Amino acid sequence: MDSTVSILANVVGATSDWVRSVFEFQFARAVIFEVNIGGHLFVEGLLLVVILFLLSQKSYKPPKRPLTKKEIDELCEEWAPEPLIPSITDEMKREPPVLESAAGPHTIVNGKDVVNFTSANYLGLLGSQELLETCTTALEKYGVGSCGPRGFYGTIDVHLDCEARIAKFLGTPDSILYSYGLSTMFSAIPAFCKKGDVVIADEGVHWGIQNGLQLSRSTIIYFKHNNMESLRNTLEKVTQENKQARKLRRYIVVEAVYQNSGKIAPLDEIIKLKEKYRFRVLLDESNSIGVLGSSGRGLTEHCKVPSDKIDIITAAMGHALATEGGFCTGNARVIDHQRLSSSGYVFSASLPPYLASATIKAIDIVEEKPELLVKLRQNIAMLTKGLSDIKGLEIVSDPVSPIIFLALKKSTGSSKGDLQVLEDIADHVLKEDGVFIVTSKRSTLDKCKLPVGIRLFVSAAHSESDLVKASESLKRATASLLPAHD
Amino acid sequence: MITIPYLTALTTYFSYGLLFAFGQFREFFRKIFDWWRGNNLQGYAPICLGLEDFYIRRLYLRIQDCFGRPICSPPDAWFDVVERLSNDNNKTLKRTTKVSRCLNLGSYNYLGFAASDEYCTPRVIESLKKYSASTCSARVDGGTTSIHMELEDCVANFVGKPAAIVTGMGYVTNSAILPVLIGKGGLIISDSLNHNSIVNGARGSGATIRVFQHNTPSHLEKVLREHIAEGQPRTHRPWKKIIVIVEGIYSMEGELCQLPEIVAICKKYKVYVYLDEAHSIGAVGKSGRGVCELLGVDTADVDIMMGTFTKSFGSCGGYIAGSKELIEYLKYSCPAHLYATSISPPAAQQIISAIKVILGEDGTSRGAQKLARIRENSNFFRSELQKMGFEVLGDNDSPVMPIMIYNPGKIPAFSRECLKRNVAVVIVGFPATPLLLARARICISAAHSREDLNIALEVISKVGDLTGIKYFPAEPQKQQVEENRVKLE
Repeated sequence: MDSTVSILANVVGATSDWVRSVFEFQFARAVIFEVNIGGHLFVEGLLLVVILFLLSQKSYKPPKRPLTKKEIDELCEEWAPEPLIPSITDEMKREPPVLESAAGPHTIVNGKDVVNFTSANYLGLLGSQELLETCTTALEKYGVGSCGPRGFYGTIDVHLDCEARIAKFLGTPDSILYSYGLSTMFSAIPAFCKKGDVVIADEGVHWGIQNGLQLSRSTIIYFKHNNMESLRNTLEKVTQENKQARKLRRYIVVEAVYQNSGKIAPLDEIIKLKEKYRFRVLLDESNSIGVLGSSGRGLTEHCKVPSDKIDIITAAMGHALATEGGFCTGNARVIDHQRLSSSGYVFSASLPPYLASATIKAIDIVEEKPELLVKLRQNIAMLTKGLSDIKGLEIVSDPVSPIIFLALKKSTGSSKGDLQVLEDIADHVLKEDGVFIVTSKRSTLDKCKLPVGIRLFVSAAHSESDLVKASESLKRATASLLPAHD
Repeated sequence: MITIPYLTALTTYFSYGLLFAFGQFREFFRKIFDWWRGNNLQGYAPICLGLEDFYIRRLYLRIQDCFGRPICSPPDAWFDVVERLSNDNNKTLKRTTKVSRCLNLGSYNYLGFAASDEYCTPRVIESLKKYSASTCSARVDGGTTSIHMELEDCVANFVGKPAAIVTGMGYVTNSAILPVLIGKGGLIISDSLNHNSIVNGARGSGATIRVFQHNTPSHLEKVLREHIAEGQPRTHRPWKKIIVIVEGIYSMEGELCQLPEIVAICKKYKVYVYLDEAHSIGAVGKSGRGVCELLGVDTADVDIMMGTFTKSFGSCGGYIAGSKELIEYLKYSCPAHLYATSISPPAAQQIISAIKVILGEDGTSRGAQKLARIRENSNFFRSELQKMGFEVLGDNDSPVMPIMIYNPGKIPAFSRECLKRNVAVVIVGFPATPLLLARARICISAAHSREDLNIALEVISKVGDLTGIKYFPAEPQKQQVEENRVKLE
């Protein structure tokens, strides 16, 4: 043991001697302040100095000088905000006519009786005695408002009855009530479509849907208005390009009867495409419930598609049902999901109970009186025929659509200009003949690019003479106001 | 700012941890069963991916019976709660024919206009007969009847602004009007606890959104200075305009907005103020005109005043009141005015009549009595709760008073025990509040009599003892308890 250690010590000693002699060769005789300086000490000292020097240096950063208090004060002082709203033009000051009675097929404007084509009261239920009685009873029993969201004692038994009634009427498992038509779509869409999901929507959808799509933050692709070829290409492209698409949630969003054009979506073709590419369908039936189909069950019945093929159906009730609010219907999974995830449902006071009662009654009437539907269809056909040879305007809506949409044959070049021309026609018709019609006005937020037009909402309550009066009056107005057109 | 005792914080975290662990455990078996049963999606992606609905399935469903309890009477001081039954561990609830008469401490019926009223109801029915239940048309088309015009004048006059616009739903008022007022290049500075409708409206607008600490004017000023100096992100151009959005009474906190300070700051930095008075209009102030009246703020200093009719007025819908030009512009461009069915005429009449009663224009002093009653009731109830040792949030005069519960196990216990004793309360937990800060929320109404309140206090005290949520047990020890707490924001 001892011998190994001594051998090791000898080897180490010899090596260190050798190293020292190599280093000390040049500085072997260096003496500073009478101290012998070994070479290695000198080198080590030098290294230490260099390290200390480097450590003392700051690493280079661009100079950062935060704004001083005075500078911020100056900036705040200088900042001049834009006015809250742009300056008011005459166009903005236009006020709609004020109705002095209920918005039924005939109403009173400026003390004069006029024929009303502005109310989506398709079945003429507005003002029906049965509905009024139901509402009165409900108002006496429940008061007006529900004073709370559905989660917090705002659920009244009529809400649940109404949801069950709607589901029964449409043949779906369940449904959910919203307190306002406009909020139905823009709450339901973000409940299902999330960031990263793919949504393919018609470019003509109304603002409620557009807003819902925007709030969902999904990838949104628009296809050409009511063009199935375009839809097919879009679907093909999305599925081909994006290999991930199979794993994402995919939706097609369409309207049954487009509020912006009166066109009807070809649901049977959409279903074929949907099944081929495995997309879910969100269908807005606001203008088709109580209108289309042999018993008024909407577009699904009209196209003979079973309603369970459509994943999510929404509708506003302020149209044929002549109440207010909206609903969404589908399978139990879809509905239950909305009860906690749909912001317009969770965070808003529920539908006033008298409107829920009225909806139940309205659905009863739709089922009990199929003759209303027949009358509505006759009226639509008659007005369409009456307006078919109108000068300067053309009917762009579908022949069975309850919204008859008249667009200018020759556009003035801008939708603002078009709207002005159409407004003049509407004003003229109201003043001269007492026929109340409206143009399709667009909000500054609306991204829909479809041509503007005159919209006539046909009702089963319109009499034959009302329809004749409207078409004659419109013809006279266009003949005098659109002389340049043939 | 809410402070939570250390021990409570610990047990709350532990409870949620336990719930989460059990949830995950059940999820694991669910996955196995799903796989065993086979995939029935046929190529569609599931409606909820992964853990998106974990919270609903594993936490919410357990206490589902505490929410959405159906009633079968008007939401007045006392109402009939329909009992529900579950045969599958709360997964689905079935209505039974049994009802129990309960004291209502949950509805936003601040002035007691929810039930039929001797002055309002006959007029509402008259309007129904004259104008029907709906107009089936948007305001700009054929949806404007004389009652709508009367309503807007009446609201503008009540709120104290030159003009007003009314929509059929409070939620839509916020979410459809904000995008019209501000867009890209604008900045919205929003209170951290603002309502979801404001959040959605702000998101829909495309403006940059920044948040300031709940009801803290000093932080608002800091955020404002920082952002005005910085300008828009990346481009550093100056902001086009800045809107500060606050609420009058925060519905989950019961707190009054520090409006005078906030308005002063906004004036100093030339930014616009948007005040959401959903819970305060009609409920506070000497003549019911909301927080501006209560806190002495000139309505001319608030640029946009928003409110709803679902609460104090017992109707539906919302309004925006502002300058004549602002309202003209909104009527020209707001989607809720252009596309949505106008507010139901009977609901409009209810608002008009309720405002008339509040202002005493019906020829009686009922309105003034109602306002006095709600203030007295609220302050009495709040002070009694505090005396009992509950941790009550919010300010005096506010009819909303949350009682802190914290522990997830105590949330349903409190609600169920109260209901057993015929008192209906609202409980709020995640996601409406932060995870740790679950609470019960009491809304006091002018329709409550002193006797009703005494019954409620007795029950709440008993249930409070039972569930152990009297976090400030005895008055003198309060100081000591306060020191022993974690600060939570």
